[in-house]
Amino acid sequence: MKKIGPPVDRVDGPLKVTGGARYAAEVPVARVAHAVLVLSTIARGRITGMDTGKAERAPGVLAVITHKNAMHLPPQPTRETRASQGDHVLQLLQDDHVLYNRQPIAIVVADTFERAQHAAHLVAVRYEAAPVDVDLLRTRTAARAPHPPYHGTVAQTLPVESRRGDVAAALAAAAVRVEEVYTIPAETHNPMEPHATIAVWHGPTHLTVYDSTQGVFEDQRKLAASLGLPRENVRVISHYIGGGFGTKGAVWSHVPLAAMAAQKVGRPVKLVLSRPQMFGPVGARPQIEQRVVIGAGRDGVLAAIRHEGRSSVSQFDQFCEHFTAPTRALYKCPNLDTTERVVSLDIATPCQMRAPGEVTGTFALESALDELAVKLAIDPLELRLRNYAETDPETGRPWSSKSLRQCYQTAAEKFGWSRKKPQPRSMVDGKLLVGWGMATATYPANVRPASAIATLFADGTALVRAGTQDIGTGTYTVMTQVAADALGLPVEKVRFELGDTDMPETPTSGGSCTAASVGSAVHQACLGAREKLARLGNGGGADPSVDEPFAAQLARHGMKRIEARYDAKQLETRDRYAMRAFGAQFVEVRVDPELGEVRVSRAVGAFAAGRILNAKTARSQLLGGMIWGISMALHENTVYDPKLGRIMNNDLSEYLVPVNLDIPAIDVLFVPEDDPYVNEIGVKGVGEIGITGMAAAVANAVYHATGRRIRDLPITLDKLL
Amino acid sequence: MATDLIPLGDPSLRQKVRLELVVNEERRDLVIDGYKSLLELLREELQLTGTKHGCELGECGACAVLLDGQLVLSCLVAAVECDGRSVQTVEGMQNGPTLHPLQSCFADAGAAQCGYCTPGFLLAAKELLERKPDATRAEIAEALSGQLCRCTGYLQIFEAVEAAAAQLRGGR
Repeated sequence: MKKIGPPVDRVDGPLKVTGGARYAAEVPVARVAHAVLVLSTIARGRITGMDTGKAERAPGVLAVITHKNAMHLPPQPTRETRASQGDHVLQLLQDDHVLYNRQPIAIVVADTFERAQHAAHLVAVRYEAAPVDVDLLRTRTAARAPHPPYHGTVAQTLPVESRRGDVAAALAAAAVRVEEVYTIPAETHNPMEPHATIAVWHGPTHLTVYDSTQGVFEDQRKLAASLGLPRENVRVISHYIGGGFGTKGAVWSHVPLAAMAAQKVGRPVKLVLSRPQMFGPVGARPQIEQRVVIGAGRDGVLAAIRHEGRSSVSQFDQFCEHFTAPTRALYKCPNLDTTERVVSLDIATPCQMRAPGEVTGTFALESALDELAVKLAIDPLELRLRNYAETDPETGRPWSSKSLRQCYQTAAEKFGWSRKKPQPRSMVDGKLLVGWGMATATYPANVRPASAIATLFADGTALVRAGTQDIGTGTYTVMTQVAADALGLPVEKVRFELGDTDMPETPTSGGSCTAASVGSAVHQACLGAREKLARLGNGGGADPSVDEPFAAQLARHGMKRIEARYDAKQLETRDRYAMRAFGAQFVEVRVDPELGEVRVSRAVGAFAAGRILNAKTARSQLLGGMIWGISMALHENTVYDPKLGRIMNNDLSEYLVPVNLDIPAIDVLFVPEDDPYVNEIGVKGVGEIGITGMAAAVANAVYHATGRRIRDLPITLDKLL
Repeated sequence: MATDLIPLGDPSLRQKVRLELVVNEERRDLVIDGYKSLLELLREELQLTGTKHGCELGECGACAVLLDGQLVLSCLVAAVECDGRSVQTVEGMQNGPTLHPLQSCFADAGAAQCGYCTPGFLLAAKELLERKPDATRAEIAEALSGQLCRCTGYLQIFEAVEAAAAQLRGGR
């Protein structure tokens, strides 16, 4: 296989440009009824009364389900007993408690969507409201250690504390010291396709769900557990997903609620969240405050880093943002202390959002390093090279591969970094201040167990199946390529199917693990099929890449097809090596000195992420990540009303995301990297690394342009005036 | 009659309304609920699900279609307003089996990622190129700025629109 795969066109492209790709809410289901959620308008307290009469009498209404008449569910997991990363504590109309604003408190089902929507507005609710606490930076609630995240599962977890060396002594002795606090507001994923679910019962015990999800198997497990069904009685199908970015990485309350509603009305039920409902009950990046203390010598060599902070979590569930993970891995530094704490607030449970931990941590660390570079008058790139970690600084293990030096060099050259004038406000374009900034990008190379089945047919074609998802990243396309490559067939002869729990089990698409995990399984299943074919004998050694023998061999044995299944395992080498993808981000901003308006005018990112399966889809992922990083730096901010605990900017005109006029010239550069240890196909994943480091690079560029260091995201004009 | 303004809350909105319109060059004679938006008419009644439901607030552009050749957000258009008019959706862009150059260029450039914003972008770009076949990058950006792409594949979208414009100008 080549190190950088050909830019094969997306196999789902034609369906997506003709309207032929059917997303969850678009699957034709006979007699489907429409459900609309009623959400709480307070953030803490109790429901003291609900008047559903008007809604029940409204035209077309089939049911109004509240905690008074909802189906009684088996005991649900709590914060202490949840079983996996995706096992959220849900609000399924089992009691009258309100735990956060926009909590589902009723579900209205009608014969049409509009009638359900209308009736939902007619539900009158009385509350006993308690005072709320929703702002991490203003709360008096003490930070605490996170609860142990999961119980009795194989889920990997990251340590919330780490220590090496003697940080206090090293900081006391350090020639220079930087100590600053960096803050990030809650951010809301907002994929273009809202969460959508269609629930179809087949009798009282069997359920099929069409869901917009990043994990069909997690969906299946959670639905089965919530509803008290055996797992095999639940089938989840998800063929096309209109983006996820983490919010669709686990099941939220509306999914079991759709199934409960369908059971109640005895018909299939479709439930689509409105855009405003996407703010609250389906996760967000938590609010985060981080303190970074760095001690270094005059030569810029790091002596000690202390990285500690806290992130927001709900009162009833657990989530911990692992923002210190990149700090533990990025630079050679003998003394390191990291601590992650959480603060329980009256908010909905936060969750993973594109590059959780890595993107938030790199904003703080890479900003602080820039501050150190300024203090020492050392070029920020040179400072990073002086602290380059040749081995994993935490474990001392060798890297399975690391090409960060080449990333720095490639990106710096393309950007023209050597022409930077170091002084702030020293570069101008007319009346605009120009600033250049850089930062390091990194993301762990995650692999999780996955399985796949490959079937070769007598007509010379192949069908490969794995239950996985394509959340827009290109899974259909790259898996077709991996299979074609392993089978020695042209891509046109291979079909790849996904998105169904009836297919072999695969992990949730999160943590940039799908290409590596499912790709390895697909690769091995295809090799297995070839091997089976070869073992048939009588034509052994025939090259299955040629249609004739491939088909002919099967025919000779009177076989219509041959099938091989592979169940992937973690590779042993994963314990011997440290595995991460790395990159370098360079950004140019233009700042209006009178208006404080910041525009990113240029960005260059160079990334080394093992084998790139498809240059076209990988570029899209990395570009998207970089733009998300710009958006994090300049736009995104979920604003809570401090008294009501309600998200105030809960739509796309108030919650800012980039439009095409915001997009600068961006170069994505691939640094070729051959990694024989990371997994069977040498892939590290590219879905998330593109966003990491970017917010710091923008903030560092803003400092260079203006002389103002903004440590509180987003960098809005009021902070620069 | 259906195009006369009907006040909100008017009981006639609960009535069935007869509607004649052309959708993707096909005459449709429909009896629908008076309260339907064009978006819900297309998706739920006609099963033309290429037009996407993104925000219902006129903010995201995912539901954009052409109404008598003008770009409209179908979530903000009452179906009854479309009586006697002509609607084009993404399903009507191709000519038989042949994709419109915008469609093939979007597919080739990888401009459709998750694909949910794609139909709206295609129709907005089509409207632009019909009005301005030699649109500059700045004009493309301006014309498409009502469309959101959260995969943020904007550069690929520009590349696709420019490639399609060149093909269309070349008469191919």
